[in-house]
Amino acid sequence: MAESSMPSEKTNPPLLSVRGLTAAFRSEGMSLDAVNGVDFDLTLGKTLCLLGESGSGKTVTMRSLIRLLPPTARIGGRIELDGVDVQSLDDEHLRAIRGTKVSMIFQEPMTALDPVFTVGHQIAEVVVWHEGVSWSAGRKRALEMLDLVQVPSARRRLDSYSHELSGGLRQRAMIALALACRPKLLLADEPTTALDATVQIQILLLLRELQRELGMATIFVTHDLGVACEIADRVAVMYAGRFVETGEIGEVIKTPQHPYTIGLLRSTVHAGSEKGRLTPIPGAPPDLLNMPPGCAFAPRCSRAVGACSDHVPELAQVKPGREARCILVSETTPS
Amino acid sequence: MKGEIAIQREHPTPASEPVDTLSATRPFLRVQGLKKYFRLRGGSFGLAGAYVQAVDGVSFVVATGETLGVVGESGCGKSTTARLLMRLIEPDEGQITLQDRNVGGHNGMSLRTLRRQVQLVFQDSYASLNPRHTMAEEVGFGLIAQGIKRAEARRRANEVLELVGLEPAIFADRYPHELSGGQRQRVNVARALALSPQLLLLDEAVSSLDKSVEAQVLNLLIEIKNRLNLTYVFISHDLNVVRFISDRVLVMYLGKVVETGPVEKVYTAPGHPYTRALIASRLSMDPSRRVEAAPVAGDLPSPINPPSGCRFRTRCPFAESVCSLREPPLEAFGDDPAHSAACHALIPGSGHSRAPAPGGEPSTRANGAPK
Amino acid sequence: MARRTTYVDETLTPQIAGGRTRIQRTYWQAARRRLVRDPVSMGCISILSLMVAAAIFAPWITPHDPYVTSIVNRLKPVGTPGYLLGTDELGRDMLTRLIYGGRISLLMGLLPIAVATLFGSVLGVVAGYFGGKTNMIIMRVADVFFAFPSVLLAVGLAGALGAGVVNVLISLSLVFIPPITRVAEAATTQIRTQDFVEAARATGASAPRIIIGHVMTNVSSPILTYASSLIGLSIVLASGLSFLGLGMSPPLADWGLMLNTLRQSIYLAPVNAVLPGVMILIASVCFNLLSDGLRTAMDVKP
Repeated sequence: MAESSMPSEKTNPPLLSVRGLTAAFRSEGMSLDAVNGVDFDLTLGKTLCLLGESGSGKTVTMRSLIRLLPPTARIGGRIELDGVDVQSLDDEHLRAIRGTKVSMIFQEPMTALDPVFTVGHQIAEVVVWHEGVSWSAGRKRALEMLDLVQVPSARRRLDSYSHELSGGLRQRAMIALALACRPKLLLADEPTTALDATVQIQILLLLRELQRELGMATIFVTHDLGVACEIADRVAVMYAGRFVETGEIGEVIKTPQHPYTIGLLRSTVHAGSEKGRLTPIPGAPPDLLNMPPGCAFAPRCSRAVGACSDHVPELAQVKPGREARCILVSETTPS
Repeated sequence: MKGEIAIQREHPTPASEPVDTLSATRPFLRVQGLKKYFRLRGGSFGLAGAYVQAVDGVSFVVATGETLGVVGESGCGKSTTARLLMRLIEPDEGQITLQDRNVGGHNGMSLRTLRRQVQLVFQDSYASLNPRHTMAEEVGFGLIAQGIKRAEARRRANEVLELVGLEPAIFADRYPHELSGGQRQRVNVARALALSPQLLLLDEAVSSLDKSVEAQVLNLLIEIKNRLNLTYVFISHDLNVVRFISDRVLVMYLGKVVETGPVEKVYTAPGHPYTRALIASRLSMDPSRRVEAAPVAGDLPSPINPPSGCRFRTRCPFAESVCSLREPPLEAFGDDPAHSAACHALIPGSGHSRAPAPGGEPSTRANGAPK
Repeated sequence: MARRTTYVDETLTPQIAGGRTRIQRTYWQAARRRLVRDPVSMGCISILSLMVAAAIFAPWITPHDPYVTSIVNRLKPVGTPGYLLGTDELGRDMLTRLIYGGRISLLMGLLPIAVATLFGSVLGVVAGYFGGKTNMIIMRVADVFFAFPSVLLAVGLAGALGAGVVNVLISLSLVFIPPITRVAEAATTQIRTQDFVEAARATGASAPRIIIGHVMTNVSSPILTYASSLIGLSIVLASGLSFLGLGMSPPLADWGLMLNTLRQSIYLAPVNAVLPGVMILIASVCFNLLSDGLRTAMDVKP
């Protein structure tokens, strides 16, 4: 059942295939399970949104894919990226695929860009390092990239330092840096969360356009349903380190299956929200050090029954390409 | 002293009636020409140096019992305005009148009285609560500062903790790191309520919470407002939340008010091009109707050297020469006299090509510049 | 196992939000608990308590008079019957003098630091909280003192004030005020910008009340940790001053002074000559290890 979590198109072998991914942090006799078994496939040209609240494991899931986690982390499961088993790579090979096959953009570009080098230098450096071309070729590529991400007067910006750029331009420069070696997979960790509304929509539109042009696959981590609606093809709603619902973004929004997704949609204030009272989800997200038995959402769930605390429900198929991890769903649909 | 502090829960709540801002002859709060420039470090010996024009000539009123939403992006001055209202920062210019009494000055209201009547709720973060204080100590601190006895302050702290839905028996002796984000934010609200203020300034009070918890805190805020008959100034960058909670809204851009009016008017018929862009920048929540073109290009200019004239002109699709020469005043337009915007394209005779003719029928231009 | 739990609101469910069952402890109780569980710190505390107790009860526990000299019994080796640790160059019992010496030396470690902590934290907190000109004046003066190495400063001050117990106490206190001021100022500046301080101002609390209620609660642990790390240094400095003749004068028993007077006999009775140094070493190392333990114990992530 879990194996078929994200059916790929038959003609197109998946670029990324993840099976049974787990991630735990161990320190001083404590063990914190951040990701508890995640399976999915992703093909080129598609965007998968990992949607969840703080502590849901969405960022750790994404970072596990390129093993970009602190040394206390233990990653389990199988990650196959473009035919390469990521888990078996040594540090050198891992560095080689970071940037070329896969690259990442962050929420805060100020920390991701080096303040002592110009933007142009940083982009050129990545190209020179990974592709072994000359510095002048690297610089030429840097200019192309800044043009691609629609930085106005790109030639002048090549010699700017990150602190000389506004928030939106800095984010564009970081995207240019990430895409400089034409990665097949882009990992985006809430890249628009820190931006102002009028700038956020520009960056989302840019990312959509770039994906159309370059045809890469994207994993987009966000806590914001609105962002997911703008950018995602598929969405995986995460709760307590597991996928609780997956599907095409439109279907998940229109016909949510898991009580958590339903609650999240109800408690989000959106343009059409009626004045008056909202319907929040009671309680707070679970403490990862002290997880409830069985379904992690059961203590907050208005539809919970005794069996919910017995064991973690399977991710049950609602219809092809559409799954939910809830015993109510598995009961109503033949598995 | 004791009587003033006593909880107001028993009061009748006329706040549920719609508030007509024009007929409210005695606004609870009136702000006129508020201005604050921050000098930047730099320049030799602190002599020269640039100024951040954080708040530049902001005027507005808040009627008793209403919720005024303040929206804007970073650098628009909304948080500075809140701190100026609390006098946590001294304004350079401008007058704040609370219930017809001037704040500060020779025979004006003392800061102590001001802070009994107006309280600020901070964005939830670990920084908003003292890590070494228990919740009861934190909530009671202001009361003791106001001269209340320790035992009485403790009793009152328990009372407000209960009011915000935190069982004192469980939470009064806890430390901030033992609480979840939503619970900490409730404590922030309790601390503000402890002094029985009439006006709460909520500065991004729900912005850092998870959506499922944000809804809980929003419900709490609405409930408390009705129960205690409070007045709110709700500051946020989240347009949807502001629409949800506010009666009237104030839109700010680079230290200036660009538009104000009843919330439905502003959201459905925005006059200022910036307001329109801001509202159109909201995410769709419907994957089949995605935003296809950016409503406005470019980034916000720096508030250090804001553009001359209208500050939005550098990003405005309708900018003309008049926009750089003169600053547009905030004037009523359209059919609702409470709805005003600061845009030359809406002011008859301003010299802008889209401006209505002087003396013409203003109602035909109700929606301002064409979409 | 089937457990039906319905939670109405997060506010009523510490099980969900707060997590593990907890025993009510204040910050200081928790810090003390962690300190007690650290064997190194406890070992240091035992040794130091023993030293302090011995120093306090010196007249009752010492076998000899510390000042009575005896030409016959000069430089008896360690282990001589009646003189467990031998005698010094004037025939006085070493054990007695080492115990009495602890009185002065430990006092020289603790008192200047206590005085400097008091003044340093007041100055630092005031400078950090009020900022601006106040900060500039206090910190620039501190910087002037800070520019000298502490040994040089101590020597200079003690030289200017003249020898004597009180003058050494004064000069050592002055030496340690600037560094403690700086630590207090840095900690305060960090706290001052936090929202909860602004919230306290918004409730109408006065500056002294905020300093006591909010600032001190947060800066006291970094200041205490830092100050405790200076005790060992203070003992060494005081001993150094005595050794140079700028501190205590004979025949007073003081570890530094004893080291100095026994210096001439180092070839005759090397073990005796080294003993005061060993005491200085043990005391200062214990204070430093204890300071490390304190830092760990007080380091709670809020």
